[in-house]
Amino acid sequence: MDPVLQIKDLKVEVDTGTAVHSVLDGVTLTLRRGQTLAVVGESGCGKSMTALSAMGLLPDRFRIAAGQILLGEEDLVQVRPQRLRALRGNAMSMIFQEPMTSLNPVLTVERQIAEVVELHQDKTGAQAREIALEMLRAVQIPSPETRLAAYPHELSGGMRQRVMIAIALACRPRVIIADEPTTALDVTVQAQIFRLLRELQMQTDTAIMLITHDMGAVAEMADEVAVLYAGKCIEAGPAAQLLAAPAHPYTSGLMACTPKLRLGRAALTAPARGLGEIPGMVPPLGQFPPACRFAPRCARATEKCHATPPETVRLGPDHETLCWHPNEAREAAPAC
Amino acid sequence: MTDATNTAPLTAPVPEAPAARPTRPAVEFARSFAANRPALFGLVLLIAILCMTFLGPLIYPVNPYDIVDMPFAPPGGEYAPLGTDYVGRDILSGIINGGRATLAVGAAAAVISVVLGILMGALAGFYEGPIDAALMKVTEFFQILPTLLLAMVVVTVFGSNLYTITAAIGIVSWPQVARLARAEFLRIRKLDYVEAARTAGARNRYLIFRVILPGALPPLVVAAGLSVGSSILFEAGLSFLGLGDPNTMSWGLIVGQNRNYLLDAWWTVTLPGVAIFLTVLAISLVGDGINDALNPRLRRR
Repeated sequence: MDPVLQIKDLKVEVDTGTAVHSVLDGVTLTLRRGQTLAVVGESGCGKSMTALSAMGLLPDRFRIAAGQILLGEEDLVQVRPQRLRALRGNAMSMIFQEPMTSLNPVLTVERQIAEVVELHQDKTGAQAREIALEMLRAVQIPSPETRLAAYPHELSGGMRQRVMIAIALACRPRVIIADEPTTALDVTVQAQIFRLLRELQMQTDTAIMLITHDMGAVAEMADEVAVLYAGKCIEAGPAAQLLAAPAHPYTSGLMACTPKLRLGRAALTAPARGLGEIPGMVPPLGQFPPACRFAPRCARATEKCHATPPETVRLGPDHETLCWHPNEAREAAPAC
Repeated sequence: MTDATNTAPLTAPVPEAPAARPTRPAVEFARSFAANRPALFGLVLLIAILCMTFLGPLIYPVNPYDIVDMPFAPPGGEYAPLGTDYVGRDILSGIINGGRATLAVGAAAAVISVVLGILMGALAGFYEGPIDAALMKVTEFFQILPTLLLAMVVVTVFGSNLYTITAAIGIVSWPQVARLARAEFLRIRKLDYVEAARTAGARNRYLIFRVILPGALPPLVVAAGLSVGSSILFEAGLSFLGLGDPNTMSWGLIVGQNRNYLLDAWWTVTLPGVAIFLTVLAISLVGDGINDALNPRLRRR
């Protein structure tokens, strides 16, 4: 599969005025056509910063210090702002976490979809309207003709997220970055949205970067997974392999944090297991440990972990981790 | 990357379900406005005043510059129903014909102040940083000058005709609008939907006028309405001080020219004064009504 978006050794810094802190330190990701890459990690690990770097929308005082972001052949770190603006919404677009606040409350659904089309394509009002209608059909909103004239406050949360997806897809982008697209939605609606995203992905061959901390969503959506911790990519690999046999203790820790229902016989026979947790918190910016950044929270940490930064360990053709003591087999992650 | 897949149809068959047609905000707004008694009263009053100014000359075709009776003829006289002024001109005709200039100056000055204010406030609020600081310093400069004095200076220097007066009023009254617009822009530019529009590739001009401005409009609409009222008062004030356009009949002019005779002939000053009062009252009531009708919708969102 040809790569659509490649992030190579990305380093992002923030200048707080008193000091410069590293936010992302050498993140490398590859997003392939028609595939979904899940970027996983706790809050503050740099998931959203990775996404915003790719969109060229880092907040004030944040800057890309090194690395490449290749969209096709183009390096987004080098291109002029005008070019970046032309690509945004056209070649790559973004779905936000909060459909409640990410839609303009004073414009109709039609205007908001047509707006993207008019920004990037030479379409007149009527053609843009036609596309808006087609997009609403594509995201499976009932009676799309009526909904065109609706304002966001007249739609439910799930519908609004569908409208967001319609806006994101309106120009047929090559890459969609979905930043926790379902955290604000009911579980049942989450499943619908994921199914919709997969269907649309199959029809259009779009690459999706799914940013999430929900391992359930990863299992459902992802082809590839990259786990970020404190600005470093600590494990990456094919989803099936990584979920079956997480190598990094942080990955297995994340998976142990996911509650599981035991139903039927399993509820009676399986031993009751408490919900796992990872002690401590992601270290704040500028206070990353010098060697392995996860060492202070890691149950397996040794002297070596606190002294020397870990090196990349290859566990399979595409499966890599950054750890001195990776899980060798699946015993460290039972019941996954 | 080929484009072959990008043109594939995206349409999936969808079961059609009837959806209730949602209430249009305009309908909701009208309903809410109609339920507000004072606002409705203001609207009726305003329409009556507009009818009087625009249809009045047809019904009561007396030239406001003609001398129709002796000076200071009291109201109820044979030739002038509302009396005459210090040269014997008909007050009723003056009120009817003077309304046009007064309302026009008020509306035009309000447009100037609102456009200027929104432009300055929008740029300051959107860009923040040094641009904001610079524009706000300019705004403050205009705010600390005594407004009436500044307007008087402008009119004395550039001559007292309606255009100068309008421009003078507009120039001294935009800072309030600018501050309001800036506050709204500062609030809205941080909202997710602005960021979402940015990720869709919108440029700054588009963000300012098409994305943020519509959301910032409700309070600005109200401010615009109210500034029509205050502009009318301003014009009257200038005319009262003798700085009005002496060649154009306006309410302020009648008041200004007769102010020395207030104690001897109360009607010459009071009646046009009442016209000004009622107009400003009507505009304020309507503005308040618009404010109330727009606000609950903001709260429900």
